[in-house]
Amino acid sequence: MLDIVHQPLLDIHDLTVDFATRRGTVTAVRNIDISVGKGETLGIVGESGSGKSVTSFAVMRILDRAGRIATGSVTFSGIDLRAASDGDMADMRGREMSMIFQNPRAALNPIRKVGHQIEDVLLRHVQAVRANVKEKAIDILKQVRIARPEERYHAYPFELSGGMCQRIVIAIALACKPQLLIADEPTTGLDVTTQKAVMELVVELTHARGMSTILITHDLGLAAAYCDRVVVMQKGEVVETAPSATIFKAPAHAYTRKLMRATPRPGATLRDLLDEERPAPPPIGVQADGRPLLKIANLVKEYPRQGATKSMAHLFRRKASEADAPPFRAVDAISFEIMRGQSVGLVGESGCGKSTTSMMAMRLLDPTSGSIILDGEDIGAIPAHAFAKIPARKRIQMVFQDPTDSLNPRFTAARAIADPILRLGDVRRRDALRTRCEELAQLVGLPRHLLDRFPHQLSGGQKARVGIARAIALHPELVILDEPTAALDVSVQAIVLNLLDELKTRLGMSYLFVSHDLHVVRLLCDHVIVMKSGRIVEEGSAEQVLEAPQDPYTRELIAAIPHPPV
Amino acid sequence: MTALDTTAVEPDARPATGLSATLKHARHVVTGNPITGFSFTLFILLVVCALFGPFLVPYDPLATNTAVALKPPSLHHLMGTDQLGRDLLSRVIVATRLDMAVAVFSVALVFVLGGISGIAAGYFGGWTDRLVGRLSDTIMAFPLFVLAMGIVAALGNTVTNIIIATTIINYPLYVRIARAEANVRRNAGFVQAARLSGNGEIRILLTQILPNILPIMMVQMSLTMGYAILNAAGLSFIGLGVRPPTPEWGIMVAEGAAFIVSGEWWIALFPGLALMLAVFCFNLLGDGLRDIVDPQRRT
Amino acid sequence: MRSIVLKRLATAIPSLVGVIVISFLLTRVLPGDTASYFAGPAATPQAIAEVRKQLGLDKSLPEQFARYVVDLAHGDLGNSLTTGQPVVTEIANRLPASGELTLLGLLIALGIAVPLGILAAIREGSWIDHLCRVIVTTGVSLPVFFTGLLLVYLFYFRLGWSPAPLGRLDVFYSAPPQVTGFYLIDSLIARDFETFRAALAQLILPAATLAIFSLAPLARITRGSMLAVMGSDFVRTARASGLTPKTVILTYAFRNAMLPVITTLGMVFSFLLGANVLVEKVFAWPGIGSYAVEALIASDYAPVQGFVLAMALLYVALNLMIDLLYGVIDPRVRLEA
Repeated sequence: MLDIVHQPLLDIHDLTVDFATRRGTVTAVRNIDISVGKGETLGIVGESGSGKSVTSFAVMRILDRAGRIATGSVTFSGIDLRAASDGDMADMRGREMSMIFQNPRAALNPIRKVGHQIEDVLLRHVQAVRANVKEKAIDILKQVRIARPEERYHAYPFELSGGMCQRIVIAIALACKPQLLIADEPTTGLDVTTQKAVMELVVELTHARGMSTILITHDLGLAAAYCDRVVVMQKGEVVETAPSATIFKAPAHAYTRKLMRATPRPGATLRDLLDEERPAPPPIGVQADGRPLLKIANLVKEYPRQGATKSMAHLFRRKASEADAPPFRAVDAISFEIMRGQSVGLVGESGCGKSTTSMMAMRLLDPTSGSIILDGEDIGAIPAHAFAKIPARKRIQMVFQDPTDSLNPRFTAARAIADPILRLGDVRRRDALRTRCEELAQLVGLPRHLLDRFPHQLSGGQKARVGIARAIALHPELVILDEPTAALDVSVQAIVLNLLDELKTRLGMSYLFVSHDLHVVRLLCDHVIVMKSGRIVEEGSAEQVLEAPQDPYTRELIAAIPHPPV
Repeated sequence: MTALDTTAVEPDARPATGLSATLKHARHVVTGNPITGFSFTLFILLVVCALFGPFLVPYDPLATNTAVALKPPSLHHLMGTDQLGRDLLSRVIVATRLDMAVAVFSVALVFVLGGISGIAAGYFGGWTDRLVGRLSDTIMAFPLFVLAMGIVAALGNTVTNIIIATTIINYPLYVRIARAEANVRRNAGFVQAARLSGNGEIRILLTQILPNILPIMMVQMSLTMGYAILNAAGLSFIGLGVRPPTPEWGIMVAEGAAFIVSGEWWIALFPGLALMLAVFCFNLLGDGLRDIVDPQRRT
Repeated sequence: MRSIVLKRLATAIPSLVGVIVISFLLTRVLPGDTASYFAGPAATPQAIAEVRKQLGLDKSLPEQFARYVVDLAHGDLGNSLTTGQPVVTEIANRLPASGELTLLGLLIALGIAVPLGILAAIREGSWIDHLCRVIVTTGVSLPVFFTGLLLVYLFYFRLGWSPAPLGRLDVFYSAPPQVTGFYLIDSLIARDFETFRAALAQLILPAATLAIFSLAPLARITRGSMLAVMGSDFVRTARASGLTPKTVILTYAFRNAMLPVITTLGMVFSFLLGANVLVEKVFAWPGIGSYAVEALIASDYAPVQGFVLAMALLYVALNLMIDLLYGVIDPRVRLEA
């Protein structure tokens, strides 16, 4: 261990990176020191804007035009990377140090066969010659566990899944056996089971070659699971560096503690995520009384099978008539109930049909068949386009996934919150409306002076609060939460989750919480439904599903979630 | 990712409200960029000429005087005279009104027609989309200037028909933009939220979709003004629409064309320059407007 | 590959139908009496009646349309009043002149615009980028007929470098034996370099005029899409794997950046075919554009309609070729078929 620290492969000393913007120079990274030993896996953890990606771009010297290294040194294997010529730098990239990125599909050239993209790197760094390059490329595809590599060699990125694309990106990065791999959020956007497979592949390949790895992530759990040492960054500065074993047991810096606390983990309750100790508010309003508020029975949604997506060359062309293939069942005859005052979590990976289900329950989408019964009334029979006008509309509301996308850029926060009241509520007078908006703002913890701001003037957490205020403005009985925290940083997520829980208790609402993250769902829900391929594979109380999962798929899901040691 | 990180580092304190911030930004764009400032001045000049042109000119634009025919620019005739001895400066200034009127009317017309049908197509989809799409596909199947020629030839050689033809050939462009913008917003979170708030589709269209699309359409309007002017001038250059002796830039260039080979350059040059400056002005204004409306999509 | 071509051909059918319907309508919506328009201003009542019968204007609209389509299928677009020749023959005879001019103009434009756009994008903010911006902004503002006249004044009247702007070949030369109809190619085939030089001298100014006109949109879109691609994730991956700037720019960025350029080619062709009419008028070029303009002035309607239809058909064909070219470069479109 000591040996590693004294002979770092990569040594970043006093590094400052500036960006020239229209509003002057912005310092993205300030005087940071980071070193990576030979064979070590270092995690750089931070929330958005912490400068973690900028650091890695600076090391690789691939900052975009506006960015520049202002001070400090970057030494790799004794070579001063700041002083290296562009040519030398290009020689090192890919051969000595390489990088994998977030959003693997976009990281690959869309119109070049993946095999050729691997060959480009091999030929560039003279790891192969024309005669044997194909053979070598296929060999690398095999190493990253691509099934049928000879065939996949000829594939284009759009023909491969996200996980498979990330394997190709890894193949390109490791093709020339570099000494250092920088993985920048390599699994963000991938499903949790895919994430596990990709991370295990990275670990296996880098360990086998004795490589050093820098894992850049916002996810403490991921860093804890795979890194020897962790660097925590905040607002462009390093606040703490420690071996992962110690950092999770005894975080030294207040920010690290806050991050640690905010990360959902087994055994923690919602309130454990917050900084300060806060007593649970006394429950008022409705308790679960055994009557189902919402009953969904045999719900089915079918879509006609479609060809590949339209290309931009054919914006105006209609697709040829659909083939006679049987329709695709996005939701396949599912049934469940939500009791009054209950929170039900709907969990599954992308494409499992959970969002389709919530959109149907929300009555924004018409089911193919089946019934949606709200308090005894079959609202599934009312077409979605007519639903806006009926009284039941008030009773079900929704909090959307992306707080930015869910607010009209030309409406102020107050206008957004007032909209449902104006349309469906009973408050009409201007001042009364304003008072009501202020009450709601207070309820969701949005400072009153922010009510007159436009969405682009609010932070992500503030926008989320506006969205929640709008959803509860009409005193709905059921609120559907569609991944309400997926776009938020973990510390903001902790606050928003607590807020939602508090509101539920105070206002006596029921929740249908749609999420991909079992740990987050567990925090908020008493009952959990696990979906896969349009069907329910397991259902039960949150504890039961998480502690003693019956279905193998649920077990796989739970096992795949990385979390920091408790 | 770098861009994202930088913006996140920037302070989020922008207490100004939307409108005043936009105005401030607009002033910054107009004054901060000399080219936009220049085009704005040019625009004012064009408007003045269009409104008050006939009262400003030194000579009657139609008065012939063979005694001074084909005179190069001089102090008496700043832009020279044409083959009938008419003062070119007066003709160029007076022509502004007609050229601008054709462009303004056709662009306003296509803005309304193309905007409405494009937004409806993008928002409602289904048969509306198919109908509007088919219509603009059919127009797009023709080379646009050639179609305009055909339309004016068929409908009759008048200024009104030039306006109609220019409207028709610009239609697909407006439809495409409005359709695309409406389509991406059709199921945006804030539109879904408006449905949950009990808004009907028409109200959503008017309060949620339209205000977000209008600025983009306005930019397009400025950009197509130039194209509309060029198109109308092109048609009159080949003898469609405006008839002599009406002063109009396109026809004046056509009249001057015959004299270019014998060296009387001024007859074609000045109306041509006026035409070019007007188009130039609207293109620059369009770029400036785009900077105001959408700072990200700069070129 | 064949099925893809067939499928693309099928997508052109609606456009084709639209074009035929519109061009039919354009011949029937003439204000006043269509027959007297077609018979010309000097026609006697008998002649008008004759034309009415000939055009089938006494029949119902669907019948007229059926006849129009049948005539079209036989290649019958009517006769020109002024020359008395069938419109189809005249258009076919004049098409090579227009084709040679337009294609050369486009080639020059592409040859300048694409490298300029790429250089401007990879050296963003440099002098070449500013040059590109200036060219783009002035290029789209220049009326094409005005550019033509300026060039004539400068290179013919002032400098005397180019011959009089009158047609495809100076009167002292005779046209090369026709193979393709393009004088440049035909004269090379005939190994008549003297004629080649003369044809080129005549062609260069009008082609340059068209090139200046179409340069702007091409350079603009090349620069824009190259910038977008250079900022994309996969170019970053390519750079992060140490690929040389040459590989990154040519193999990774360039091919992707060409996709929007190819899409824009459709629009550029639309502009070019229209601008062609104006340029032909300025340079007295004996192509189909000036044929249509002459007919317009003489109120000779059949050639005008024939011209519009011919241009539209040509344009549909060009768009088809652009689509196929797009498919060659972009596998996503290819596999969709």
